[in-house]
Amino acid sequence: MTEPSKYQGSEIQSVTDHSLDIRNLTKEYTRGVPVLQSVSVSIEANGITAIIGPSGTGKSTLIRCINRLIDPTEGDILFRGKNLAKLYGRELRFARRHIGMVFQEYNLVERLSVMENVLSGRLGYVSAWRAWMRKFSAGDIERAFSILEQVGMADFANQRADALSGGQRQRVSIARALMQSPALLLADEPTSSLDPRTSVEILELMTNQAKNLEIPVMINIHDVSLAQRFADRVLGMANGKIVFDGSPSELNEEHLKTIYGGQGWMS
Amino acid sequence: MIIPGSSLEERQWTRFTPLERIFRYAFYVVICSAIVVSLRTIEVIPEFLFDAPAQMVDMLDRMWPPDASYYPETIHDALVETIHIATVGTILAVVLAIPIGVMVAENVTPYKPLNWLARFLLVSSRSINSLVWALLFVAVFGPGPLAGSLAIAFRSIGFVGKLFGEALEEANHSTIEALQATGASKFSIMYMGYWPQVLPTFWSILLFRWDINIRESAVLGLVGAGGIGVALSTALELFYWDRVCMVLISMLVVVAAVELVVTQIRKRII
Amino acid sequence: MRTGTFSTSGTYTPQRNWYALVGWLSLLVYLAYITSLFDLDFDRFISGLDNGSKFLGRMFPPNFTRYELLMEGLFESLQIGVIATFLGVLISLPMGFLAARNLMPPWVTWCARGVIVLCRSFHPVIVAILFVKAVGFGALAGVMALTVASVGFIAKLFAESIEEISLKQIEAVRATGASFPNVILIGVFPQVMGRFTGFISYQLDSNLRNSTMVGLVGAGGIGGTLFAAFQRFDYDFVSAILISIIAVILAGEGVNNIMRRIYR
Repeated sequence: MTEPSKYQGSEIQSVTDHSLDIRNLTKEYTRGVPVLQSVSVSIEANGITAIIGPSGTGKSTLIRCINRLIDPTEGDILFRGKNLAKLYGRELRFARRHIGMVFQEYNLVERLSVMENVLSGRLGYVSAWRAWMRKFSAGDIERAFSILEQVGMADFANQRADALSGGQRQRVSIARALMQSPALLLADEPTSSLDPRTSVEILELMTNQAKNLEIPVMINIHDVSLAQRFADRVLGMANGKIVFDGSPSELNEEHLKTIYGGQGWMS
Repeated sequence: MIIPGSSLEERQWTRFTPLERIFRYAFYVVICSAIVVSLRTIEVIPEFLFDAPAQMVDMLDRMWPPDASYYPETIHDALVETIHIATVGTILAVVLAIPIGVMVAENVTPYKPLNWLARFLLVSSRSINSLVWALLFVAVFGPGPLAGSLAIAFRSIGFVGKLFGEALEEANHSTIEALQATGASKFSIMYMGYWPQVLPTFWSILLFRWDINIRESAVLGLVGAGGIGVALSTALELFYWDRVCMVLISMLVVVAAVELVVTQIRKRII
Repeated sequence: MRTGTFSTSGTYTPQRNWYALVGWLSLLVYLAYITSLFDLDFDRFISGLDNGSKFLGRMFPPNFTRYELLMEGLFESLQIGVIATFLGVLISLPMGFLAARNLMPPWVTWCARGVIVLCRSFHPVIVAILFVKAVGFGALAGVMALTVASVGFIAKLFAESIEEISLKQIEAVRATGASFPNVILIGVFPQVMGRFTGFISYQLDSNLRNSTMVGLVGAGGIGGTLFAAFQRFDYDFVSAILISIIAVILAGEGVNNIMRRIYR
């Protein structure tokens, strides 16, 4: 079984101190009402970073600004020697190839098979013709199989995505992200639609894979206990700003009150 | 589709099995040849083809402005007659289609010969155009709205019967089972078990077909079966393009009005 | 819906459904009105039935001796149906995209939808007549008329299915860095293609049926043969033609089912 190589087909990481450097990121959906207020944070080359905070506080916006699914109003995002906030067109697509993303509702192409969904992780590299004819290279296919084995879905390769359970879909979704040989893994509430036990399995899978590949992971999560269990670093957001930045053990009740407000929900 | 490989070989994956690919390619070939053959053998005079845009513009030019006086003298009555033809035709079709629909539903009538007979009747009804039905009925009953109504009715039986049968087949079987367990007669089961379940679908089918029938009734007059088609036919034969335009506009208005009415009824009933 | 009331003594009085009663009564009144409006009376009906039986007698047995004429007409109808569907699909693909409100700005979708509605407004026969008057008798008018009808149907449903797609699937494909064509191919197409093949096969079937009819007004195909036979009172030939039309349509439905099975 071949191990997926870490930077297959990609450029060597250029010199920066941090893996990901976000500077003064601001996003206003309507003028004068910023959802993200001048957020600055640096992510190291390894480790799991969990972002916690109430809904509507900009966690999702922050994650989506990184791979530009949402365009920031102001600010810089430095990644692999480029400023993602200023990239457009082909350059942006090339940059996206190295960022894998896992979504809350899996976002698989429902009518396609598991295999096709995993292979779509390589869409940034293949032409439209090859995508249409599903002509992926033998190396890609072999990699897809081994990644499927690693996420435990090898037996489902030809099943349609809509025939799977939630946990199974999320595994395929993770496989798709890994297929990109990413240098950074983003996850937007990956466990919010899953039951407690599956949530733990999925987070274990993600964090183990990321550790093997030695890439950083940023996870939006609203379950604080899960965040504390799996993360090396916790960012707490409130009102579009980062109000806590530290290790999970440092997170205490005072901090949670600042982040979430109110007391009744803490047991 | 997955060829299990040893750890030394690479595994393969293709989207379709070889057999599936053969079928797909064969089908593409058939479709393409059908299109190519048709294009090459169709009798189209090239001069007519190139002349077409100019001719169309000329015709549109003659149509405008429309002759509004044609409306009160002829069109109005004809339109009303058209609507009657459509309504009567739909009602008649429903009456005739319900028993056939019952026959074609395999859960209500588990006798294959009856199913096949019903299916044959429904397909024949659908395959013969309302215009052709109109021709037949005009030859039998003479020109006029009677022939038109019967034509609409016989054409609609296929549509209503098929959808009605499908609605019956989709009825909740457990409800029917429960009624059968009480020893109810077939008729009671129909009335108490199936009918309440298919009622909303039934109205939906009825409205849908009535809407289509208004459009269909409008052209029956071309072969003499009454309605606005007669007015259109007269104007066309005499080349009164402005009257033709008036007829077309009134048709548009009626169709739009009917769609509005149908949408409103749907909101209230369904 | 209350079906009845229970009294304290334990008896059940079913409630009369006044709406249904009024409905049935108005139906009867309407039918009575129609009988006078359409000039129906018993005598006319009986003579009609008499006519009818004579008619049926002359229609059977069906006369297939002029089968060359029959085949020619059928073949032309098939050509018209196939080409009209083909052209209709070609035009509907871009039209459907242009009319999709989640892809295009409002002024574009309004124009596209306007064109589509116009295509659907008139019965194919009327459109055929207009084309015959404009471009002359023959298959050209038939093809043009049915193409217009096809566009009105396929483009509308295509636009609707594009509007119903899940944006989440597209978002994920974009996040992998896929190019715009790849996003359309993998994010949009699989979602709409299943329904699209359904529309095409339905419209092909509809065009085959209609192509038999446009001939009645001179737009080519077997309709013309049928009309001529009618005019000449060759009713046994008429029934032969009708039977062949039914056979062709049944075959078309069979092909339809095969296609559905192959393309899943």
